[in-house]
Amino acid sequence: MTRKVVTLIALVAVAGLFLVLLRLGTPNELGTVSRHYVERGIAENRAANLVTSVVVNYRGLDTLGEVTVLFLSVTGAAFVLRRRERKPVDARASRASEIVQTGARLLVAPIMLFGVYIFVHGHLTPGGGFQGGAVVASGVLLLLLADRERELPHGLMAWLESLSGFAFIVAGLAGLWVAGSFLANRGVLPLGEWNRLLSAGIIPVIYTLIGLKVGSELAALLDVMMRGEAVAAGHGAARSGGGRRGGRTRGGKNRKKGGRR
Amino acid sequence: MIWLDALVCLLMIVVAVTATAVKNLVSAVIMVGVVSLLVSYLFLRMGAPDVAMTEAAIGAALTTVIFLIALRRTGEDR
Repeated sequence: MTRKVVTLIALVAVAGLFLVLLRLGTPNELGTVSRHYVERGIAENRAANLVTSVVVNYRGLDTLGEVTVLFLSVTGAAFVLRRRERKPVDARASRASEIVQTGARLLVAPIMLFGVYIFVHGHLTPGGGFQGGAVVASGVLLLLLADRERELPHGLMAWLESLSGFAFIVAGLAGLWVAGSFLANRGVLPLGEWNRLLSAGIIPVIYTLIGLKVGSELAALLDVMMRGEAVAAGHGAARSGGGRRGGRTRGGKNRKKGGRR
Repeated sequence: MIWLDALVCLLMIVVAVTATAVKNLVSAVIMVGVVSLLVSYLFLRMGAPDVAMTEAAIGAALTTVIFLIALRRTGEDR
């Protein structure tokens, strides 16, 4: 009873706060910084997509930080869920339905191509490295769902991930060397023209690197989540292997039963 | 169009509240994904296609899938 009253009071308080914020309204005029972005952004970066020039150029360091955060989280997940040694499992558990398999065969290539399109055209159209990388990773997810035993090219993915991260830093340092500030969009590549794919200076390079990095990281995360082996302290190791797989199928049956109940 | 937006907002509230109330965790995860998808429509309507793409790709698709995998692995999906 007390808990319900407290919940009700909290809800009313949040609603009141929301009303107060609603009364504050949204500003109709641009601030000093945003006016600079809107008026000078295209002239300074030649990126038709202003959001991209803010994300990659004006706030490029923040983007580097975001990529680092993602890298650390994926590393943490991979550390906790170590990859299982490859061993044969019963085909029934790993076989997806015919529809999923055929659909994956048809759709994986267009999905990945679309992801690459999103991050390569990040400076012209909406989207960019993170979105494109996520779309590429969803293509990998479809691949994994269709064939659970498919081995991803882990060496290639690790190399892509490390090299693109490294090249991001190198691009930033090149800006520091040539133009005097980290990730400067000046001097490294010429500022191109509007609506040209090869334009906007260093922005498409960085977005391609981010796209590759995010895509391989998210794909590795999905892979390690789907078949990694939990390395819990102590008893975790003993329960690994076949027992774990058996436990999973049992869980699946229980789930169905629970759903009907 | 404003009615469609209002409908989407209303639907979001209903789905979000149902997600907290429903017993089956898989259904709850799916509902959270639906909320993400609806909010990505709202982002698109408010003129932020970049944010809408991020929300649809990461919020609606990848997060839902990661939650589902985690539920299956922990076996507590009831």
